[in-house]
Amino acid sequence: MYPGRFEYHAPGTLDEALSTLDRYGDDAKLLAGGQSLIPLMKLRFAVPAALVDINRIEGLDGLSEEGGELRIGALVRHRTCERSELLHGRWGVLGDAAPQISDPIVRNSGTVAGSLAHADPQGDWGSALLAADARVVAQRSGGRREISLEDFFLGPFTTALEPQEMVTEVRVPDPGPRSAGTYLKLERRVGDYATVGVAVHLSFDNGTVRRSGIALTAVGPRNLRAHAAEAALDGQPLDDDRIREAARLAAEEAQPRDDERGSAEYKRNVVRVFVERGLRKAREG
Amino acid sequence: MATDVERAAPVAAPPRTHTVEVTANGERRSAEVEPRMLLVHFLRGTLGLRGTHIGCDTSSCGACTVLMDGVPIKSCTALAVQADGREITTVEGLESAEGLHPIQTAFHEEHGLQCGFCTPGMMLTSIALLRENPDPSEEEIRWALSGNVCRCTGYQNIVKAVQAAAEASR
Amino acid sequence: MIGESVKRKEDARLIRGAGNYVDDVNLPGMLYLELLRSPFAHAKIRSIDTTAAAEMPGVVAVVTGELMAEHGLAWMPTLSGDTQAVLATDKVRFQGQEIAAVIAEDPYTAKDALELIEVDYDPLPAVTSPQQALATDAPLIRDDKEGQDSNHIYHWETGDREATDRAFAEADKVVSLDTHYPRCHPAPLECCGCVADVNPATGKATIYMTSQAPHAHRTLFAMVAGLPEHQIRIISPDIGGGFGNKVPIYPGYVVATAASLLLGKPVKWIEDRTGNLISTGFARDYHMHGELALKGDRMVGLRVKMQSDNGAFYADAQPTKCRAGLFGIVTGSYDIPAAHVEADGAYTNKAPGGVAYRCSFRVTEASYLIERLVQSAAYEAGIDPAEFRMRNFIKPDQFPYTSATGFEYDSGDYEAAMRLALDKLGYDDMRREQAEARAQGRLLGIGVASFTEVLGAGKGKDYDIAGLRMFDSAELRVHPTGKAVLKLGVRHQGQGHETTFAQIVATELGIPPEDVDVQEGDTDHTPYGLGTYASRSTPVAGAATAVIARKLRDKARELAAHKLEAAPEDLEWEAGRFSVKGSPDRGITIQDLALAAYSDLPDGMEAGLEGVHYYDPPNMTFPFGTYAVVVEIDRGTGEWKVQRVVAVDDCGVRINPMIVEGQLHGGLTEGFAIAAMELIDFDEDGNCIGSNFMDYLLPTSWETPHFELGETVTPSPHHPLGAKGVGESATVGSPAAFVNAVVDALAHAGVRNIEMPVTSNRVWKALAEVGLAE
Repeated sequence: MYPGRFEYHAPGTLDEALSTLDRYGDDAKLLAGGQSLIPLMKLRFAVPAALVDINRIEGLDGLSEEGGELRIGALVRHRTCERSELLHGRWGVLGDAAPQISDPIVRNSGTVAGSLAHADPQGDWGSALLAADARVVAQRSGGRREISLEDFFLGPFTTALEPQEMVTEVRVPDPGPRSAGTYLKLERRVGDYATVGVAVHLSFDNGTVRRSGIALTAVGPRNLRAHAAEAALDGQPLDDDRIREAARLAAEEAQPRDDERGSAEYKRNVVRVFVERGLRKAREG
Repeated sequence: MATDVERAAPVAAPPRTHTVEVTANGERRSAEVEPRMLLVHFLRGTLGLRGTHIGCDTSSCGACTVLMDGVPIKSCTALAVQADGREITTVEGLESAEGLHPIQTAFHEEHGLQCGFCTPGMMLTSIALLRENPDPSEEEIRWALSGNVCRCTGYQNIVKAVQAAAEASR
Repeated sequence: MIGESVKRKEDARLIRGAGNYVDDVNLPGMLYLELLRSPFAHAKIRSIDTTAAAEMPGVVAVVTGELMAEHGLAWMPTLSGDTQAVLATDKVRFQGQEIAAVIAEDPYTAKDALELIEVDYDPLPAVTSPQQALATDAPLIRDDKEGQDSNHIYHWETGDREATDRAFAEADKVVSLDTHYPRCHPAPLECCGCVADVNPATGKATIYMTSQAPHAHRTLFAMVAGLPEHQIRIISPDIGGGFGNKVPIYPGYVVATAASLLLGKPVKWIEDRTGNLISTGFARDYHMHGELALKGDRMVGLRVKMQSDNGAFYADAQPTKCRAGLFGIVTGSYDIPAAHVEADGAYTNKAPGGVAYRCSFRVTEASYLIERLVQSAAYEAGIDPAEFRMRNFIKPDQFPYTSATGFEYDSGDYEAAMRLALDKLGYDDMRREQAEARAQGRLLGIGVASFTEVLGAGKGKDYDIAGLRMFDSAELRVHPTGKAVLKLGVRHQGQGHETTFAQIVATELGIPPEDVDVQEGDTDHTPYGLGTYASRSTPVAGAATAVIARKLRDKARELAAHKLEAAPEDLEWEAGRFSVKGSPDRGITIQDLALAAYSDLPDGMEAGLEGVHYYDPPNMTFPFGTYAVVVEIDRGTGEWKVQRVVAVDDCGVRINPMIVEGQLHGGLTEGFAIAAMELIDFDEDGNCIGSNFMDYLLPTSWETPHFELGETVTPSPHHPLGAKGVGESATVGSPAAFVNAVVDALAHAGVRNIEMPVTSNRVWKALAEVGLAE
């Protein structure tokens, strides 16, 4: 209930933030929404020596489309995504995920980038953005790189970020004019983590699937792309048989575990059902 | 008046404190705090605003909800230092010289509270909802309040209270 | 007046955030106490090193079991005649058990210091079920108790074994059910806590405490802590929900009081949610085996065998003569001529408790069992579940009805409540809709539960808490200017007593509710009573209030006779005024009579208009009802969504319908929560899964269904107001309604039971087993 002691920094610029990270190495944690970090600190599961509060840095809260590519700044809150007209239609996978993150109050503070950096395999944005082929922009003092989310998530709560790096933006490629998707989440109640989550994001070309993204939440050591399921769809018309086959393959690719939310067998089955339902919904969209 | 000891006692090497200046319910308040002090303890202890309550230790219940620049946040999941330069509204800021806020009247009229422990947070979230959506459906109300737990009322009269407040404000 | 939905007086402070909950109490010089809790479920304590913790700046004291033992306070009695460790000395017996306490100048420092306490544990194998506990080679948990050579606590029986055996021998069919009513927790939104202020100058101990029973707690404190009872004042201020969680005495209260005594300063202890869920009084955890003997469409015998998981200390908060609470009500609303129940209690390496969470002293468990068994019996008999119940109901002309387990039910009309519920639901239409849906491959279920509750403990001869008889009290004084103050021995935690009890006075004495100040919770200023839990306030203290108000009215009549110069029998009373029969303008109001009581009395009459009454209820009261629930199951995920809930309750005369409905909404939500999601579970090492709100799930406004309420009114013949109490009815009766609905959706495929909590995982498993999964 009471965090341990730490040094607090509230830099006004990105450069300041990055040089503070340099100073502390992996003894510092970034504070954006804090909706994952502060609870961990209250339980003393996280005891950083320093917090770098980035909320005062200007220019990090943009949510926009540039040349067809979606850009989500580091300080974009879940709430903004939930209310954004931009995230419907061809970005439906993101627009449908946003309202299902945690609970409405958490959504007011928590950020998309923070959720990705936290890399909880039960996190919803990870799957929604994986399915959309997103990448993060990671900056450090005197350096910048882009990391695809597939390479970004390494394992539970583990990312490819170096201690001196900060995610400044999430970029999502243009899925093309005819695309649709959705995010389905099974949770025991609002605010619980997903029992199973499925993100579906399809780009169509003349009635066939040009490219598909299917990603799974809470059924593996990280958010997972269901590549075999996608391969079964790519270049093909999206008919019922293929939908069922893709769903079956996705269920096989899932790596669920028995826990209080259900048995592995149960979760695998929910993956199958949700992939089917998600694909059907995308087909209608 | 009793003094609340919310800061660590003086020690050989005192922890570094920061100045927090907030506008709490329209009033400028300022104090020196340790960075680890949670906003809810700052409100209850340092500022003496005890209407904001603590119901859990995993940010799961919403009893501690306050408005920061008009937006509901869980004050147990924020540091006092994060409120520097911001406007905080707690339940104590709802009644004005003109009388009770319509949401307070509505909760009373519709029996939207029993033990009263969740009520401050519940009302503040409701106010934010009605600002954004002055005529919400039952479904929209239940969705918006799904971060505020109540153990007594079963939510039904809370929904009625929000609807009544919406009606009264039209 | 009684029957009016008067708006609540207590709201004024609560909507302003100006309530005074225990954590709002701050006294000069106050220190803060944090508890160290055991990470192990079962372990010997080799050593505890508190040196580093004690040396931390800002830490005033560190207390261990050893120090408490020096003052004879390492152990304390429980409400069930057992002992419970205050701070562990030899062994820890459940995960989360209290080991040591740090008292510091602020709570952050106290928490820091806790991390510096070093405890050397020798882990032992953990016992995590009654079956395991009662096996011959089970590890002995209570080796502290002389003469305790097993984990068996009690054996209890009720009913007639022979008559029941005969009934079973003659039965056509026997239906049985094995079910576990899982461990759950009342989890009021406000955690438990106290501010203990033992003043060294006056020797007086003032303890602000989250207490549903302040007087009983004061007496117990006096007995346990050896403080003179007249020097203890317990103040239960505003309480943020109780639901039975704030009836037991917890180690934190005792350690805080001892610390305050030793340090001469006020000490505040407010537990965190983890402490609340992992260590305070949980609810249920009954493993039940029930059998119903059927002859045709009639139930002729009921047999129950059960095992109770009581945790490491037997601390059920229940009347002393009850080992399994009022479980004997298990024949429910039905005329079952023979019944036999036997129960065995077992120690396990879990937190102590069991009687809590609106259970009415184990009526939740009994009601659940019978309603689930009856459901199975209906399917077995091939009769609609509602119809089957109606054929077996106790009929109105059978009241007062003595059940096969010896309860004398006061009044009831079960069929009327059932018919109203079915009507409101449109039951026959629903059954048609269910059949149509099934043809389309959709699974709808309709669940019905008809419960009879027993509450209002109770007649002193039969009901006592730790030897204190369960009467309750009301002290009423009318001031010269006609305003009144009513002081009660009960203690609400949100049930609206400040309003409803004022309404009783208003009805009996004509003083408007806004002129009646209702006070509860301060042992120095209220008459002795046993507190608020088990829905007893209206049946007992409500009766006391009516009785004393009527006594004052009798005195007022004498005064009126004096003032009006008429004979008392020639006076009529109406709406707060006595008038002379036949001359209605010759009259006098209660307010003027109040003044007269101080200023113009007949010779020989004592001054004042006040009195106190201690009410010993002649019997319990028996509210009842029928709940009907419709659900639809998602065949792909196993989720079930509630489509409708119809709840018809009969709690006799309703003092304030608005408040009664609020209690029902809350109780239905808790019943839904228990059926759907609440669970405190343990792994084989005794690690508690469910010790925070991420694991112990409470429904939000989004999951909670909308409730349609209805009422019938069958007054209690023995209660002065005809009222019966209602606070727990919905939590008692609704879990079975929800579970029956889910089972009903699958009953056509042969499914008869799904264990609570009925998670989507469990439903899906049932679907898969009968080939109905998508």
